[in-house]
Amino acid sequence: MLQVIEYLPLILKGMVLTVEVALLSVLIAIVLGMIGALAKLSRSRIARGLAGTYTTLIRGIPELVTMLLIFFGGQILVNNIGAKLGMEYIDVSPFFAGVITIGFIYGAYMTETFRGGIMAVSRGEIEAGYAFGMTPLQVFLRITFPAMVRHALPSFGNNWLVLIKATALVSVIGLQDMVYNAGLAGGSTRQPFTFFLVVAFLFLVITGFSDVGTRWLDKRYSVGVRKA
Amino acid sequence: MDFEVIIKYLPLYLRGLQTTIILVAISLVLGLCLAIPIALLATSKNKWVSFLPKAYIYFFRGTPLLVQMFLIYHGMGQFEVIRESFLWVIFKEAYACALIAFALNTAGYTGEILRGTIEQTAFGEIEAAKSCGMSTAMIYRRIILPSTFRRALPAYGNEVIFMLHGSSLAGLITIVDLFGAAKIVNARNFVPFESFITAGVIYLIVTFLIVWVFKRAERHWHAYLRPRES
Repeated sequence: MLQVIEYLPLILKGMVLTVEVALLSVLIAIVLGMIGALAKLSRSRIARGLAGTYTTLIRGIPELVTMLLIFFGGQILVNNIGAKLGMEYIDVSPFFAGVITIGFIYGAYMTETFRGGIMAVSRGEIEAGYAFGMTPLQVFLRITFPAMVRHALPSFGNNWLVLIKATALVSVIGLQDMVYNAGLAGGSTRQPFTFFLVVAFLFLVITGFSDVGTRWLDKRYSVGVRKA
Repeated sequence: MDFEVIIKYLPLYLRGLQTTIILVAISLVLGLCLAIPIALLATSKNKWVSFLPKAYIYFFRGTPLLVQMFLIYHGMGQFEVIRESFLWVIFKEAYACALIAFALNTAGYTGEILRGTIEQTAFGEIEAAKSCGMSTAMIYRRIILPSTFRRALPAYGNEVIFMLHGSSLAGLITIVDLFGAAKIVNARNFVPFESFITAGVIYLIVTFLIVWVFKRAERHWHAYLRPRES
């Protein structure tokens, strides 16, 4: 027990990193998901094809494989481009690679979420926006997006929970998140079970807080809806 | 892309694929066997009975599979009792640890799927069975469970794919599964694109196969839900 207290700051430091990775990658995922959803619903066949390939490929391949591909492959790619531009050797940081990868993967899941959400917005509301003379961007920002959030939220919440758990994988590429630090602490105290159990508990804490967050968002975006 | 490397290591990949498939298949079977009692107990109206299975589901769905696997693979050695008993034969093997972790994990997810579908069984069906004079056991055997398995099919298909992808974690604890094979090829030749894309493509093919099988199964078991063809 004393050893747990001794190593707790290390684990909590890892937890901060875990949350940072999760928040940054969910931002990337939201942006990619939005672009993907609009592409999937667009009239352009090329955009639809590209978005379709993106979601099928990403959702068909394990995250771990994609992550190592981007981490090791990205390193080579960045340096090949860098060499052509006459730059020195660039070291891709695991943090950057981890955030990009998780964001890229969950962007595919968010694409499906947002596509469903946008499709649930009633056509009349969007038409009314155009009838008022709004530009497509205005219609999207003022009507489609706010109305879509409510429909997309349950699936978004699920994706977010899966994403948080996926951040554990960044420990594989050497990022010192809480799983990595628990491995260190468990190794030096010879109590790996204790420390991994602490980490498991901390994951439950994060998901617990997320639940409160999604409920708050749901309340905020359902203001105009009557419920039984 | 250097195809020579891929062809040279293709046998390794295929052996890895075999390991992956066996791992996934055994953990799915074990997981399903565990999930059924878990789901039945979790749907109990008695709070004392449903508490433990619900906590089990909450724990295994709320924490990463990686952490669960490490708890078993790295963690069990912490306890003297286990190290000195016959159990150590099991827990010192990476393969067995991965299998146990995957089975327990998929039992949690499958348990939740079944719990949801059992609870959504139309009450009229149960009432009808009761008025026919069936006992509770018979109602479960004849009415609730068959209809639950049918309705759980699409969600279970997703879970199978999830398990296939999750099984790649086995490659992290010295097991040479499909991902483990890709890791070895990359480490020996430093060809991240060739090695991981090959593994990715094989995973993709298996995923598509699973999707196809479940589509066929749904066509068979959900025949009564299909719109009538004229």
